[in-house]
Amino acid sequence: MNWETVIGLEVHVQLSTVSKLFSGSATKFGAEPNSQANIYDLALPGTLPVLNAAALGMAVKFGLGIGAEIGRRSVFDRKNYFYPDLPKGYQVSQLDFPIVGKGSLMITMDDGSEKVIGITRAHMEEDAGKSLHEDFHGMTGIDLNRAGTPLLEIVSDPDLRSAKEAVAYLKKLHSIIRYLDISDAIMAQGSMRCDANVSIRRRGTKEFGTRTEIKNINSFKFVEKAINFEVRRQQELIEDGGRVVQETRLYDADKDETRSMRSKEVANDYRYFPEPDLLPVVIDEAYIAAIKATLPELPDARGARFVSEYKLSEYDAGVLVATREMADYFETVANGSGDAKLAANWVSQDLLGLLNKHNWEISQSPIQAQRLADLIKRIKDGTISGKIAKTVFESMLHDTASVDAIIAAKGLQQVTDTGAIEQLVDTVISNNPDQVQQFRAGKEQVIGFLVGQAMQLSKGKANPAQVNELLRNKMKAK
Amino acid sequence: MALDKSEVAKIAHLARLHVNDSEAVEVANRITDILALIDQMQSVDTDNVAPLAHPLDVVQRLRADVATATDQRQLLQQLAPASEDGLYLVPVVLE
Amino acid sequence: MIEKTVAELAAALASGDISSVELTQAYLNRINRYNPTLNAFITICDESALQQAQAADAARAKGKNINPLLGMPLAHKDIFCTAGVKTTCGSKMLHNFIAPYNATVVEKFNAAGAVMLGKTNMDEFAMGSSNETSHFGPVRNPWNTEYVPGGSSGGSAAALAADLCAMATGTDTGGSIRQPAAFTGITGLKPSYGRISRWGMIAFASSLDQAGPLAKSAEDAALMLNVMAGLDEKDSTSIDKPAEDYTATLNDSLAGLRIGIPRQHFAKGLSADVETAVRAALVEYERLGATVKEIDLPNNHLSVSAYYVVAPAEASANLSRFDGVRYGYRCADPVNLEDMYKRSRSEGFGDEVKRRILVGTYALSAGFYDAYYRKAQKIRRLIKDDFTRAFDTVDVIIGPTSPHTAFKLGAKTDPVTMYLEDIYTIAVNLAGLPGISIPAGIANGLPIGMQIVGNDFAEAKLLNVAHQFQRETDWHKRKPVALGKGA
Repeated sequence: MNWETVIGLEVHVQLSTVSKLFSGSATKFGAEPNSQANIYDLALPGTLPVLNAAALGMAVKFGLGIGAEIGRRSVFDRKNYFYPDLPKGYQVSQLDFPIVGKGSLMITMDDGSEKVIGITRAHMEEDAGKSLHEDFHGMTGIDLNRAGTPLLEIVSDPDLRSAKEAVAYLKKLHSIIRYLDISDAIMAQGSMRCDANVSIRRRGTKEFGTRTEIKNINSFKFVEKAINFEVRRQQELIEDGGRVVQETRLYDADKDETRSMRSKEVANDYRYFPEPDLLPVVIDEAYIAAIKATLPELPDARGARFVSEYKLSEYDAGVLVATREMADYFETVANGSGDAKLAANWVSQDLLGLLNKHNWEISQSPIQAQRLADLIKRIKDGTISGKIAKTVFESMLHDTASVDAIIAAKGLQQVTDTGAIEQLVDTVISNNPDQVQQFRAGKEQVIGFLVGQAMQLSKGKANPAQVNELLRNKMKAK
Repeated sequence: MALDKSEVAKIAHLARLHVNDSEAVEVANRITDILALIDQMQSVDTDNVAPLAHPLDVVQRLRADVATATDQRQLLQQLAPASEDGLYLVPVVLE
Repeated sequence: MIEKTVAELAAALASGDISSVELTQAYLNRINRYNPTLNAFITICDESALQQAQAADAARAKGKNINPLLGMPLAHKDIFCTAGVKTTCGSKMLHNFIAPYNATVVEKFNAAGAVMLGKTNMDEFAMGSSNETSHFGPVRNPWNTEYVPGGSSGGSAAALAADLCAMATGTDTGGSIRQPAAFTGITGLKPSYGRISRWGMIAFASSLDQAGPLAKSAEDAALMLNVMAGLDEKDSTSIDKPAEDYTATLNDSLAGLRIGIPRQHFAKGLSADVETAVRAALVEYERLGATVKEIDLPNNHLSVSAYYVVAPAEASANLSRFDGVRYGYRCADPVNLEDMYKRSRSEGFGDEVKRRILVGTYALSAGFYDAYYRKAQKIRRLIKDDFTRAFDTVDVIIGPTSPHTAFKLGAKTDPVTMYLEDIYTIAVNLAGLPGISIPAGIANGLPIGMQIVGNDFAEAKLLNVAHQFQRETDWHKRKPVALGKGA
C-alpha cells in the first residue's frame, strides 16, 4: 500500500526574558522550587497581569524574522482547564488574534533539495508549572517556578511529509530562533518543546487522515523516531482494518514507542474567551520599524553571502551558517587568516570534528577563532605545512600560548634551508637504491614513496615541494 | 433552552463542581430559568454589531522586563493546605 | 459626633475638637453595640484601628501628611485584600485567608492616614443583591432589621447608615454599591471602569468590577474618590488619565444642566413611591436651573440578559483559582485529585456562586459561545451606543436606582427575581459609565435611592449634581430610627 505521511508541528519556545510574561518574577532555570513564583504566578485573589515588553518584542522579532504577518491588534484569551500546575485554572494564551500570522520558512534536505514550509501562526502564552512525581506520601509535589514563563507557540501548516522533513524544519526553526536570540531553545532543558500532529493518507488523496498528537518529544533524534513509530503504527492499524483514533499520545524514548494518554482522553472543552484583565495589544509602524532595525542577518541570507563573498560551496556555506555562533566563528577565522577556503575547511572539519567528539558547544571551544586564524596564517606563509598544522592544532587544545610560540617551542618550523634538505635527500637516495633504480627506469610514481621517506626523516618539517624538486634533480643528474 | 440532568453533570464536571443526583433537577431547573432570562437577548438582530469586550477603547500597557519579585516562598506557603520541601502537595497527578 | 460627615469630622479633627483615637473608639463602641444585630462586619480590627488612630494623631501633631482623611475611621468591604487581616470575600472558601498584600485601594487609604475599623460583610464573591448569600450570615438593614440592606456591598452600606463608620468602600459589578446605598439611605458612587485600580480586589467579573466610595454625602464621596482614583501600573485596565480634585467643582451652578430621564426607567415595574420621589427630585433640579427631557435607552431591557452571560462567564474563570491547592479551603481527605477539586469547590462555595459558575461555564462551552457570550458582547455594544447617543443631548441621566425600597429578608428566593433587582443599574456597568445613588425620599420608613449616570469619566459632574441636590434637601441626613442615637 502506498501511504503518504502528513505532519504538522507545534513548537513551544521559552522566550529568554528576565521576568515572566505577566509578572515580575525571575525566570532563571534551576532555582529552588517555588522560589520564583510570586502572588500573581500563584493566582492569589485580586492579582492582575501586566504584559512584559521584552516578550512582545521577541515575538514580533520572530514574526519579522520569518517574514510573517504581524498582528497589529492582538488579543489575549483565557484557555480554561483544571490542572495543579495551572494555578489560575486558565492559561492566558491567544486564540483568534495572535501576535504573528501567516509566514513560512525554507528547509534544505540532505540531498540539497529545498522545500517551503508554511507557518500558520505564532502566539504568546504562559508556561505551566511542573508536577513532581516523587513520592510525597502518595502525593504529587507542585513547583510553580515555570508557571507564567513566556512561551511562543509556533504552529506549522501540515506541510511536512516525512520524519526527516520534520527534523529539518525543527532544526531550521531552532537556527532562526538562535540567530534572533529570543530563546535558549535547548530541547533537553525544555526551553524548546515539540508536539507533532501525525496522520497518514493514501497517496493521491486530498483529505487528511485522522491525526494523533504526539507529546513529550525532547530531542531532534526523538522527533524522527517518534514520528516514524507513529506512522508505522497507523499504517499497521489501517492495514489490519482498524481506524486511527484522534487522541494525544506520549512518546516514550526508553521503549521507542508512543502510547495513548488516557488521562487526557476526556474531551476537553477549553471555553476560550477574551482575557478581561488585559487589553488589546496594538502595534504601530514605528514599533515594527524599531524591531526590524534589530534583526540580524539570518541563516539563508548569510549562507548566500558566504557563497558570493567567500566563494564557498553551497554545502559548506550551509554547514557554516547552521548556527549564528558557528557563522560568526567562521567569519572571524576567514577575515583573520585572509584565506576563506582554508578557514571553511578547518572550521567545518577540524573544529566541528573536535566539538562533536567532546559534545561541546562552539562557545566551549578551547580554541578561539582568532587563534585558528593565526594557525592558518602560518600555513599560508609556509612556516608550517598543513600536516604540521594538525599537530599544532592538537597542542592548542591544552596549550594557551600563541600559535607562533607553540611552533617555536616544539621546533615545528618547516625546514626550507637548501643545505639541510640536500642532506636529507642524499640520505634517502643512498638508503633506497632499488626505488632510485626504478625511478630512473621511468617509474615516476615512486617519487611519492621517496618524498615520504624524506618527510619522515625530517619529522614532517621539510618543505615537501623542495624535497620533491631536489630529489628529481639529483636522481636525473646521476 | 432547557437544561437536563446530564447536561448539568457535564458542565459541573468542566467547572469541577459536585452536583449530586438529589440536587441535579433543582439545579437544572434554576439554570433553565436563568437561560430563559438570558435568551431575551436573542430577539435582537446583532448581525452587524461588533462585540464589546471592554467598556474602554484603550490598549494594553507594557511592563519593563525587570525581575522585581523577591522570593516569598516561606510566607506564601503558609497559606497552603499542604506543602513539603517547598512544594505544594496534591493527590497524585496521573500522567 | 459619629453621625457627622467626613467633611465635618475632618474639620473637628483639624481643630482639635476631637482626636482620631477618641473618634475611632466611639465607632468601635458603636460597632460592638450594634454589629451583633446588623452583622455588618465580618472582622473588627479594634487593636490595629486604635494604633492607626494614634499614629494619625501623632502625624497631625507633627503637622505632616494632613490629608483630609487623616485619622478618619473607615470600613473596607471584605473583597479588598488587607495584609495581615483576614479577607474572606464572604465565602467559606476564604474563611481563613490572610492575604500577604494590600489592595491598591487599601494602600491609598493607608497612605492618606485613614483608620481601618474592620472588614464588612458582603454577598459571597459579590454575587447577590440582598447580602443573603454571605457565608457569614445576612446583613440587616438598620432602617428595619427585618429588611435586607441590598447587596453585594450590604455590610458597608449598613455600617455607614448605622454610623458604625465615617466612610466605607464597596465594589459594583451590576449595582453592588448603588443598590445597597439606595436601600440604606446613603450616597454610593460607582466610578467609570478603569478609574480606580482593581489590584488586590477579588475579582467577580473583571470587565465590569469597579471599586467606589460609600459615604454620608456626595461631598464625602468626592473626598474619598480623591484618595481612591488614579492610574495603577499593576492593573492593565486602570486608565492613564490624571485624577482630578473631585471637590473642586462641587459647588458649580446647575443652571443650564441638561437632564435626561429614560422612558424605560419609568415604565412597568417601578413602584409608585419611588417614582413620586424621583419626580419630586427632578422638580428640585428644575428649580436649580436644570432642564429635564425624556430620552430613550432602547436596549436597556436587554441589559440583565447580557449581564447574566458576561458576568457569570468571567466569574466562572475567575473562580477557577479556588482549587484547594495553594490557599483557601481544601476538603478533608480527598481520595484523588478530582475529588479534591470537586469537593473543595462544592463545599467551599455557596449555592448562588455555584449556580453562576455553572451558567458561565455553560455559556462558554463548545457550541454555545456565539449564541451566548458573543451575542452578549454585541448587546453590550448596543447598550453602550444607546448611552453615547443620549449624552449627545444631555449631561446626566437621572432615574430610580432600584424599582422599589428594601425588601424583607427571605422574600426573594428565586434567582431570576433577584437578578431583576438590578434592572436600572446593570446597563451602567456594561457601558463602563459612572453612576451615583443618592437618597431622594423615604417610604414606609425605608429610604428611596435616585441614580445619576454620567458620561465616561464624568465623576466630577455627577458629584456636583448630587452635592447641589444635597444642599437643598436633607434626605441624606435622615437616620434610621430603629437603632436609636448616639453611642
